[in-house]
Amino acid sequence: MRAADGLGLMLGALRGHRSRSLMLLLAMAIGVVAVNLLTGLAEGARQFVIGEFSLLGRNTLIVLPGRKETSGGMPPLTGLATRDLTLGDAEAIGRLPSVRRVAPLQAGQVEVSVGNRVREAFTLGTSHEFFAIRQLDVAQGQILPALPLDQAEAVCVIGFTLRRELFGSGPALGEWLRAGDRRFRVVGILGERGESLGMDFGEMLIIPVASAQVLFNREGLFRVFAELRGPHFLASGKRQILETISARHEGKEDVTLISQDSMLAAFDGILDVLSLALAGIAAISLLVAGILIMNVTWIAVNQRTAEIGLLKALGARPAQVRALFVGEAALLALAGGLIGLGLSEALLWFGRQLWEIPLQTPVWARFGSLLLALLAALLFAWLPASQAARMEPLAALRPPGARA
Amino acid sequence: MIRLSGVSRCFVLGDQQVKGLDQVDLQVSPGEYLAVMGPSGSGKSTLLNILGLLDAPDSGEYWLNGEATAALDENRRAELRSRHIGFVFQSYHLIPRLTALENIELPMLLAGIEPAERHRRSARLIERLNLGDRVKHRPAELSGGQRQRVAIARAMVMQPALLLADEPTGNLDSHSGTEVVALLEELNGEGLTLLVVTHDPAIGGRARRRLSMCDGQIIDDIQQGPGDARG
Repeated sequence: MRAADGLGLMLGALRGHRSRSLMLLLAMAIGVVAVNLLTGLAEGARQFVIGEFSLLGRNTLIVLPGRKETSGGMPPLTGLATRDLTLGDAEAIGRLPSVRRVAPLQAGQVEVSVGNRVREAFTLGTSHEFFAIRQLDVAQGQILPALPLDQAEAVCVIGFTLRRELFGSGPALGEWLRAGDRRFRVVGILGERGESLGMDFGEMLIIPVASAQVLFNREGLFRVFAELRGPHFLASGKRQILETISARHEGKEDVTLISQDSMLAAFDGILDVLSLALAGIAAISLLVAGILIMNVTWIAVNQRTAEIGLLKALGARPAQVRALFVGEAALLALAGGLIGLGLSEALLWFGRQLWEIPLQTPVWARFGSLLLALLAALLFAWLPASQAARMEPLAALRPPGARA
Repeated sequence: MIRLSGVSRCFVLGDQQVKGLDQVDLQVSPGEYLAVMGPSGSGKSTLLNILGLLDAPDSGEYWLNGEATAALDENRRAELRSRHIGFVFQSYHLIPRLTALENIELPMLLAGIEPAERHRRSARLIERLNLGDRVKHRPAELSGGQRQRVAIARAMVMQPALLLADEPTGNLDSHSGTEVVALLEELNGEGLTLLVVTHDPAIGGRARRRLSMCDGQIIDDIQQGPGDARG
């Protein structure tokens, strides 16, 4: 049989059994959508997390007070200090040759009010350099002024959400707000950037670190951000920081250093498990689609016994009969797969418009899901098609129940 | 052309064994016109199925054109059916979703014949069988006589030497039936070996050679001249 003629016969049969064809098309489309969407979600989550940590920058180290004896896995995000990190420590780190910038961090919850509007705000005491290190920018006004670290100043930068909640639609820049028992003048308003590394900058109040120490009545720093001069300073930078701290803390290396790489390594494991789980779910949906193909092909073989018998009487070889039925399933899988691919790409596109997560199916997953659908169709249609091929032409031709 | 020797075929119906064919011997020469007659269940359809390689005997041997068929695999049997045997069924067995023309061309499609040659052959048969424009319609839109003529065209496109017809007029009114039989006889007149299974004595009586079957055996084998057929 010529390939074009075979194709024509298969298409004719598919058109002739419209509801059956549509059902299979739907099953395959759903299977492929599941694979694509879920891998897209997993990949999106991975890209999102990597993107979040990339904001920290490959060159940035976080110095936490307290030594945690961890050799791998998740680094501690909060440490129990044996000895406080001080502004002096931060300045000493800033003087190291491999460190470009340093930003101390003091943090806490403070009651903030303007007029009769009151709310709790997460308050960050830090320096001018923090904005550069975290790639933070103001939408209005200025960032914190460059001050000596130990100089308190009654200025603040506030997040977008906080601005709206405290000042409503009125002007905020240059206005005063009360935080705890002190007053600060708003010099800058952060742009709409949302959450990053677990910090929601929209709700944040940022004040000079010395002011925060007074406000919280606490000397010890929450942590110190240090930006190195380049990625290859990572090893030497770590060593120098530890040496400096050790020299200043009576020979104790009582700090923990976190880099982007160490955090990513910890999250990578989690994300791998997530990806695998989602791929597993997707594979199950394709398996279900495959079993549906088997059932429907089986029904088709039984419904079309007369046709099979006729084809055999007309001289069709068993392999030809099998090829026709397998081919029909493969055509449906291909068409359904393409529909599913289009559908999932459209859904992912909508997802990208709705959220900031870079939802994107990797190229291998797109072709992989299509190939998988095709393979499932071939595999599951093979059995019923072979049954059709083995069918006695006579048994197939005879109307059910009749006997010659 | 056809030689059967001691052919038997049994069916199991429930817990009962039914002898479809019982030790049948038969020889048919090229160009013969046979009618197989007998009551329902006498084995005439079984005989036709075995002759058409749609069924295989349990014992005995069947030679088609000198080729012993017992040991052939399904591929070779399919090829023999494709090249040498045409079938016409009582219920036509046309594929409803295909047009009459597509039904006619189906055997050539399966045999891998080029489209140009397909069109040449089918056009000639359509002309010959007086089907004309009707071949663009689906079987459901055709009358019984037209459907059976489409089925005959389909049986003839591969230019077989043997045409097996199982009650070809069974579903037709007498006028269409006569037309179909006349057409079959015309083809027989051109050298086609024709075997018609029927329980209608009027149809069977037209054949030059009549086999009567009962309980799986040929109980009568009458040869008569062409003149007698209409007498």
